[in-house]
Amino acid sequence: MSEAKRQPILETRGLGISFGGLKAVQDFNLKLSPGELAGLIGPNGAGKTTVFNLLTGVYAPTEGSVILGGEVLNGKKTHQFVAAGIARTFQNIRLFKQMSVIDNVKAAFAKDVKYRMGAALFRTPGYWRAEAALERRAMELLEIFRLERHARELASSLPYGAQRKLEIARALATDMKVLLLDEPAAGMNPTETAELVECISIVRERFGIAILLIEHDMSLVMKLCERITVLDYGQTIAEGSGEEIAANPRVIAAYLGDNDGEEGERLA
Amino acid sequence: MNKTVKRGYIVNGLTAVLAYAAFCVLAATLGQEGGFKLIIAPGIWQCCYLILLAASLNLVLGFMGQLSLGHCGFMAIGAYTAALMSLAFERAGVYDEKSGAAFLAVLFLCIISAGLLAAAFGVLVGIPALRLKGDYLAIITLGFGLIIVNVINNLPFAGQNGLAEGSAAASLYATGLGFGSSDRVAYLWAGVGVTALCVTLMFMFVRSKYGRAVRAIRDDEIAAAASGINTGYYKVLTFAFSAFFAGVAGALYACCNASLSTVSFSFTNGSILNSTFVVVMVVLGGMGSLTGSVVSAVVMFLLNYQIANGAWVDALPGFIQGAFTYPMLVYAVVLIVIIMFRPKGIFGAYEFSLLRTPGELARRLRGLGRGKRANKGGKEAAAQ
Repeated sequence: MSEAKRQPILETRGLGISFGGLKAVQDFNLKLSPGELAGLIGPNGAGKTTVFNLLTGVYAPTEGSVILGGEVLNGKKTHQFVAAGIARTFQNIRLFKQMSVIDNVKAAFAKDVKYRMGAALFRTPGYWRAEAALERRAMELLEIFRLERHARELASSLPYGAQRKLEIARALATDMKVLLLDEPAAGMNPTETAELVECISIVRERFGIAILLIEHDMSLVMKLCERITVLDYGQTIAEGSGEEIAANPRVIAAYLGDNDGEEGERLA
Repeated sequence: MNKTVKRGYIVNGLTAVLAYAAFCVLAATLGQEGGFKLIIAPGIWQCCYLILLAASLNLVLGFMGQLSLGHCGFMAIGAYTAALMSLAFERAGVYDEKSGAAFLAVLFLCIISAGLLAAAFGVLVGIPALRLKGDYLAIITLGFGLIIVNVINNLPFAGQNGLAEGSAAASLYATGLGFGSSDRVAYLWAGVGVTALCVTLMFMFVRSKYGRAVRAIRDDEIAAAASGINTGYYKVLTFAFSAFFAGVAGALYACCNASLSTVSFSFTNGSILNSTFVVVMVVLGGMGSLTGSVVSAVVMFLLNYQIANGAWVDALPGFIQGAFTYPMLVYAVVLIVIIMFRPKGIFGAYEFSLLRTPGELARRLRGLGRGKRANKGGKEAAAQ
């Protein structure tokens, strides 16, 4: 791959946030290239979701900055982060439950639907054209995830695995460059997880985006991610390929606990 | 535009034309008859502004999920704007009797300005709504409603006792918009037409990208923001849009009343026109169903009218008649019963449609017999 292509699309420099005296995340540095799939792991409470909230503007960082394609995003609101090209899914599914499956996706296309209030109220030809195009694009997205049969059903009536997939479809509708997946396989059975892995691969191929994944299912992380970052107590304790991480004593200590802290320090 | 949509427009358009024709025939034949003139026509006017009020609150409460307790404040702004403007036009000599092209122009200008001014105040209330939600927003809007009433009371040209006796010093009925009983019949088409147009516009709003964004905010605000929806913009926009129609409702109110008094727009009062009762109408009709709001506004009006004037009330046993002297008691019971048996309101989030509803009703009736048996089986299974 050429040097230009390896330019990071998403970069964080010394990103950190404190809640009162608690330093939830400190000095978090990440570089994500287009098309790359990176993993973010760590024990419960390590600050993984906090990192996601920092990357999507839900929290404003107290230190450092988020840079997307050369643009510093500090101080912007969540929807502006999305407009810049960062989309996410949530650990506990957050769909628009009372809306139909296709409307969930259509709502996320919001910035691409250009008609104005007058056109909507008086149903001008422009309105119908925009809505028809929207319908087509939303259906295409649903077809990728094999959800097109459920398009008119309520989102809350979908089975669990399908809800997860719909959340990813909705995130893709925002036309993003970086996709953040927060525990996409949580609570899934092995069949659903296998389907999800397939989905993520399709998404990568078709959209050529960078993906950052939080996951507890280590086999899934090892299978998918080229590079893994490990967080513990808000600090990056290791970074590298799957094998490197699996062999790293600090990581093992963080996950399994160590009776002998000094040994872990010495080995690291 | 696809086929079903086209068919929908044709069916709805034809129905509207037929309804209008029937309405014209009725108005022409019954027009000046006592019963129609004194009871039915004023009733239709009342229904018009109640429908607009309930439907516009539904945009904020049902579609956006934000509790607003000051909706009648917007209506008050609209009513006083329309009334004062019409009085000013009369004094300027634009019209001197309530007929002719000049008066019609003034009438519609008043209605539109009432909506626009209310919408401007909608923006003002919408901005704090960005930071607050739930109970806190309810308190802000409640405060707004109270403030509006008090400000109007202390305006020298609006006056404590309303426009009838305030320093406007002229009865709305004599010179302004306020219609007498025969004008109410003559301009009934305007009231009904404005209401139909406004409800249609609200429908178009909720069935467009704006409606999708607003419902997304209701279902999950964080996810909506994470899907690229500018939640702040849509919140303020919806508040203003909803306030516009509340303002129009106020203008219609000014049209069919001989005088204005701020008591009519307070948080609670003895009548069914107050901020609390509009919330009740929306909940009763179904949050997220505009047709539900229309139906429940009419139902509440009829109930209110029947309790006060129905001949059948005299035939009831004495203790029930006693309860009927406290109409609020009756509404409370109606509300409790509906919420017990249909917690999502009469319509839920369902919208009545001339194309689909008859077919769906027929299917339901056919399925009723089968459904009962299936239910029985289900219950037995659950018991085991």
